[in-house]
Amino acid sequence: MCLSVPALVLRIEGDMAEVSVGGAVFRAGLQMVENVVVGDYILLHTGFAIQKLDERDAIETLELLKELNEAGNE
Amino acid sequence: MKQEMNDPGVKYIEEFRDKEMVLNLSGRIRDSVTGEYSFMEVCGGHTAAIHRFGIPSLLPPAIRLVSGPGCPVCVTGVDYIDKAVAYSRLDNIIICTFGDLMKVPGTGSSLEKERAGGADVRLVLSCLDALEIAEYNPGKTVIFLAIGFETTAPGSAVTILRAREKGIRNFRVLAAHKVMPPAMKALVTGESKLDGFICPGHVAAITGSMAFEFLPGDFGLACVVTGFEPTDILLSVLMLVKQVNSGKPAVEIEYSRAVTRLGNSIAQERLSRVFEPCDAAWRGLGMIPGSGLRLRRDFEEFDAEITFPLDIALREENRSCICGRILKGLNTPVDCKLFGKSCTPESPAGACMVSAEGACNVYYRYPE
Ligand code: SF4
Repeated sequence: MCLSVPALVLRIEGDMAEVSVGGAVFRAGLQMVENVVVGDYILLHTGFAIQKLDERDAIETLELLKELNEAGNE
Repeated sequence: MKQEMNDPGVKYIEEFRDKEMVLNLSGRIRDSVTGEYSFMEVCGGHTAAIHRFGIPSLLPPAIRLVSGPGCPVCVTGVDYIDKAVAYSRLDNIIICTFGDLMKVPGTGSSLEKERAGGADVRLVLSCLDALEIAEYNPGKTVIFLAIGFETTAPGSAVTILRAREKGIRNFRVLAAHKVMPPAMKALVTGESKLDGFICPGHVAAITGSMAFEFLPGDFGLACVVTGFEPTDILLSVLMLVKQVNSGKPAVEIEYSRAVTRLGNSIAQERLSRVFEPCDAAWRGLGMIPGSGLRLRRDFEEFDAEITFPLDIALREENRSCICGRILKGLNTPVDCKLFGKSCTPESPAGACMVSAEGACNVYYRYPE
């Protein structure tokens, strides 16, 4: 139950959203997050969006991983 | 395969499972070790991910990963189950629970057994679903089993606020939410010998990484707030090793796509509007000051224990179960005599075998 998963926001109605986790659709309460729009990714935890996932930060981590990888292959 | 990759929802997952990067990180960690290291993952989600992805086999023997008390079902005392069972036996009560609690053995019964015997016990995915059930069943009282850490507790708070707003009067919670930092403090002042923590990424999404700053500050421990994919975990181990080597412990955030230093301020506000800290008993760890959450006086009308006081005797749990020592990182599941014999996920003797994030369950499903 403690698992949280990245989910794509498909539809928003009031403070509830329909989100997709790899194709499976769930309901997510948006009461704890601001400025979420369709197409955003959120962290879904026990039926609530607990955080909006930050694409720029994700890319930064991936870049760091890539850099480490390339340096490792030299 | 290609089609699966394009499925909505796998973004933020696949790219953090890249095999080449995993092997590269594993090599980098091996090149960086200069001594022995012991790191604890306190989140059950990490324990599950570490074994699912075979992380221990990618680490040099000098690095030991130990599981901590981070599975909410596992740290919930057996008296909580006994209380939930007792409530389920009352007339006109609907118990709503997350699936993990169903099979957890109390001293005499479990919710699953009670349901088979006719009790109205319903599985929900969210606390809001339990509130909806209350709305549709005005003649009954719905009791939601509110367990979980900082990730789950704000959802209970939001739901209680909504119940008040909508004037729903037949909704209660049996509250046993817990918070992580005081338990981490209790662990490092106890018997466990650690060099650092793989800090719980989803708890930190709510609390912010600042919640862990006392660990390097007061105890000289390395801390990295970590995501849940293989490259997240390995990168964090590398960061921890470097912190230990440099002698400069700090709180670093590896999981920056979900975690900031300050966390989710809306969730924090809802949580503290409805709940206040209290002392709480953790299975295995005992009473830890300030580690629990109880409803504030203004919200007492939603507290099952205040509106329906129970009169049940507290009983001791199965003595052979060593969940407690496992939660402290002093033993691993294979040290337990019952492991895989009279204790399995189908017929669990202790809570750690039930939840998918419980150490015994994880070791059972992913034998080394
Ligand atoms: S194997 Fe079962 S009895 Fe043994 S510690 Fe784990 S949960 Fe308890």
